[in-house]
Amino acid sequence: MNRLKMNRLNYFFTSTKGLILVAIVIVSVTAAIFGMLSGPMAEWGVRDVVVKWLRMDLKPTERAGRIIMLYHTIAMAVIAIEVYMITSIVPMKRHQQTNINTLVTFGYMITMVFGLGFAYWGHNKAFHGMFLVGLSLMFFAGVMLAIVLNPWSKEYRITDKAYAHTKKGIDLERMAFFTMVVMTLISAGFGAYTGSFWGSGQEAFLAEDIIREADKTVFEKSIIGHLHIMLALIAVAITLVIGRWFDFKGIYHKLAMWLMIPGSIVLGAGSLSVVWTDAAHIFVYVGAVLTMLAALFLVIFGWRKLIKDRLAEQNLKKAGFFKSVAALLHDPLKFGPLWQMVFMNFTVSGVGIFLAVKLDDIFRVWPLREERITLTGHWHILSALIATIIIMYYADISGLKGKTRQWFGWILIIGSDVAFASMTIFSMKRLMVVETAQQQLVDTTMILADFGLGIVLVMMFLFLLWRFFDLFKDNGLWRKETINQELDVKKTTGYIPAFSKEGDSMKGGEK
Amino acid sequence: MKKQILALSLLLAVSLACNTTPVLNRETTPIDTGINADEWALVPAGKFYYGLHSKDSVIDYDYEMMVTHVTNHQYVTFLKEALSEGKLEIKSDSVYGFFPGEPFHGFRHEDEINAGLYLCMPLNVPGNHISYHNNEFTIDPGFENHPVVMVSWFGAWWYAKFYGYRLPNEAEWTKAARGTDERAYPWGDEIDDKVVNYTHSTKSLRPVLGTEVVRTTPVGLYNGKKYKELQTRDNSSPYGIYDMAGNAWQWVADDYPRLHYKYMRGGSFSNYAHFVTNWARNSAHPEYCSFNLGFRCIRDVKAPTNNLVESDDSLTGEDLNR
Repeated sequence: MNRLKMNRLNYFFTSTKGLILVAIVIVSVTAAIFGMLSGPMAEWGVRDVVVKWLRMDLKPTERAGRIIMLYHTIAMAVIAIEVYMITSIVPMKRHQQTNINTLVTFGYMITMVFGLGFAYWGHNKAFHGMFLVGLSLMFFAGVMLAIVLNPWSKEYRITDKAYAHTKKGIDLERMAFFTMVVMTLISAGFGAYTGSFWGSGQEAFLAEDIIREADKTVFEKSIIGHLHIMLALIAVAITLVIGRWFDFKGIYHKLAMWLMIPGSIVLGAGSLSVVWTDAAHIFVYVGAVLTMLAALFLVIFGWRKLIKDRLAEQNLKKAGFFKSVAALLHDPLKFGPLWQMVFMNFTVSGVGIFLAVKLDDIFRVWPLREERITLTGHWHILSALIATIIIMYYADISGLKGKTRQWFGWILIIGSDVAFASMTIFSMKRLMVVETAQQQLVDTTMILADFGLGIVLVMMFLFLLWRFFDLFKDNGLWRKETINQELDVKKTTGYIPAFSKEGDSMKGGEK
Repeated sequence: MKKQILALSLLLAVSLACNTTPVLNRETTPIDTGINADEWALVPAGKFYYGLHSKDSVIDYDYEMMVTHVTNHQYVTFLKEALSEGKLEIKSDSVYGFFPGEPFHGFRHEDEINAGLYLCMPLNVPGNHISYHNNEFTIDPGFENHPVVMVSWFGAWWYAKFYGYRLPNEAEWTKAARGTDERAYPWGDEIDDKVVNYTHSTKSLRPVLGTEVVRTTPVGLYNGKKYKELQTRDNSSPYGIYDMAGNAWQWVADDYPRLHYKYMRGGSFSNYAHFVTNWARNSAHPEYCSFNLGFRCIRDVKAPTNNLVESDDSLTGEDLNR
C-alpha cells in the first residue's frame, strides 16, 4: 500500500481516473471563464467584469486568433481525455501507457497555459512558442499511441469469436483505434503545415468567414479539411470508447468494425482531399455513411443490451413494448451516450446534409451571416454532444448511483438536447419565419438554449463540487480510484501478465 | 419521475408563453440629430490599412462619401423622380429596375445575372418603412431620417446611377471608415452602447425612440448630443462620416469573384461588436432585401486613374477583393 503513495497528487497524475478528472475540471473551468466573454454575457456586463478582473488584453483585430487558440486548447484537453481512456481500455504495456499519458498530460497542459496566455494576456512570443511545444508533445504522444496500437502485433491477436477479427486474429477494434489515430496524425500534419506558414497569429482567419470565397488558397482549404476531420475523428474515438464500455461484440461488432475502419480512412482522406479536388464532398459523404452506420450498429447493440440486462435484473423473460422502453430508459447514464449519437443525426448530420443539398437554393440566397450561424451551430453542437457523452461516461466511472444518477443523467440529456434542438431551430430559422417576424422565435430558442445549457452547467458544477469535497476525505472516492485506477471494461484482447509490473495486479489495473 | 418531467415541461411552456415581444415598430419618436443627410465628406487620396490584417494599401484619388446612409426621405424622393422619368417601374407592389447584367462564367454555385428587370425594393412589406398606396409613397411617422432599408443591391445601384454617384467598393469604404490608422471601429478601438447602434444598444435606445422594439436609428444619432438619458459619443470616422458601424449594413459595389454575391459592410443594429468592425463582411444575392440593410454612395471629385496603386508593399485589387 505504501508503494502506491496514497496522496492526491499521485491520484491526479498517475491514475487514469484522476487524469480524466483533472482534464475535465480544466476544460470546465476554461469553458466557464471564456464562455463569459461572448454572447449575452457581454450585454449583461459580465464580459467587462471578467476582462477587468483577469486583466485580459482583448484587441478586436485579434479576435479570430484568440478563438482559434481557445478551440485548440480545449480540443487538446478533450483529446487527452480520450487518450487516457484509450490507453486504459486497449491492451498495451504499462510503460507504454505511462509514457503516452505523461506526454499527453504535459502536452495539453502546456498548450492550454501558454496558448491561452498568448491569446488573452498579450502576445508574448515565448508563450506562442511554448504553445507549439505543447501541440508537438501531443503529436508525439499520438505517434507513440499509433505505434503501440499496431494491430498487426502478434501480442494482441485474438481468437474470441465474439469480437471482430481477421482470420489471422488481427483485432479489428484495435485496428479501428489505430486507423483513427493515424488519420488524426495526418490531419494534425495539415494543421501544422498551415500553422507554420501563418504562425504567431499573423494571418488568422475563421473558416466560416471565407465559406463563400470562390478561390480559396491551398492553406485555407487545408484548414477547412483539418477542422472538419479533427472533430469527426474525436467523435469516432469516443464511439469506439463507448463501444468498449458496453462490451460491444457479436455480429454488430463485426459489421461496425469493418465499416468504421474504411469509414475513418475515407472520411479523413476525403476531408483533406478538399485541398486538391472539388469531389472531396463525395468522399466525405461515403466515409460519413460508413462511420455513421458503424455507430448505428453500436446503438442497436447497446440498446438491446440495456433492455436485456434490465429485464434480467427484474427476472422478466419476456416483456411488451412499454416494459422494454422502460428498461431501455432505466439508466440514463448508459442510455444517454447512445441516444446522443442518435440525436446527433437531427442536429448535426441531418443539418449538414440538408445544407449541402440545398446550398444554392436556400443557404446561398440568405446573407452570409445566416449561413455562418448554421455552420458554427453545426460543429458547436457536435462538440458539445461529444462532451456530454464523455461526461456521462465519467459520471458512470465515478459511481453515481440511485436518484442522483437518475437526476444527473436525465437533466444532462434533456437539458443538452433542449439546448441543441433550440440552437438548430435558431440556425435554420429562416426556413420557418421571415426576418421581420423572427423575434419571437429568436427569443424563444435563445431562452430554451440558455435554460438547457444552464441546467447542464449547474449539474456539472454540482458534480465537480462533489468530486472536490471528496478529495478532503481520507477514504474518499479518490483513494478507491487510485487503487482501482483503470476503466473497468472487458478488453477485446486478453490481459498480458508477462508485461505487468509487480503490484499492478489489482482489479482493473492490469496492463 | 413523472412529476419531475411534468414540472420541467411546465417550466418550458411558461417560458414560451411569456414571450410576447412585438415584432415591428411602425412609428417612432422623431429625432433631429442635427446631421445633414445631404452632406458629403471628402476622403483624400492616400495610404490606408485594409482588412483584418491591416494590409498596406493606397487609393490614388480623392472622392466624396455621403456623410450618412441614404435615408427613407431621400429614397422616396428618388423613387418619385425615377418613376416619373420611366427609369423604374412598379409591379406587384415592388419596384423594379433594368440592370444590364454581369458576365457569366459557369462557375460552381454561380447564379446568372443576365440583362433584365430586377427587384429594387418590395413595397408594403413588414420591415420597410416606405409604403405605396394610391400612387403615393408614405413613410412611417418618425422614420423619415432613418436609413432606407429593404432595398436590394439593384435598388442601391439604381439610386447611385440616377444621381451620377456610385456605390463604394470595399477599399473605398474601408478608407472612408478607418482613415489612415489601424483602428477597429470608425471612432477608435472601444465600443459600447453610447457610440453605436448594435445588438447591445436596445436598452439605452428604448426611451429615446419611445418604442419597445429597437431597429434602425436616425442617421447621425451618435454625434455627442444627449437624447433624454442617452449621452452619445461621436461615432464619425476620421473624415466626419457617421454610422460607418452599426445601424444598417451597407451594400458596396464589389462581389465575390464569379459568384455575384454582393458584399455588405459596417454591420447593423442586430450585430455583436465583431460584426461592426472596419473589416467585417456580410454578403448576399443582389436581390436580397432586409430590414437591417441599406447603403450610401460616393462620388468622384475627379475621374479615377486607377482604383489602387500597386507597389511593393501594397495590395493588388484582387487581394482586396479577398
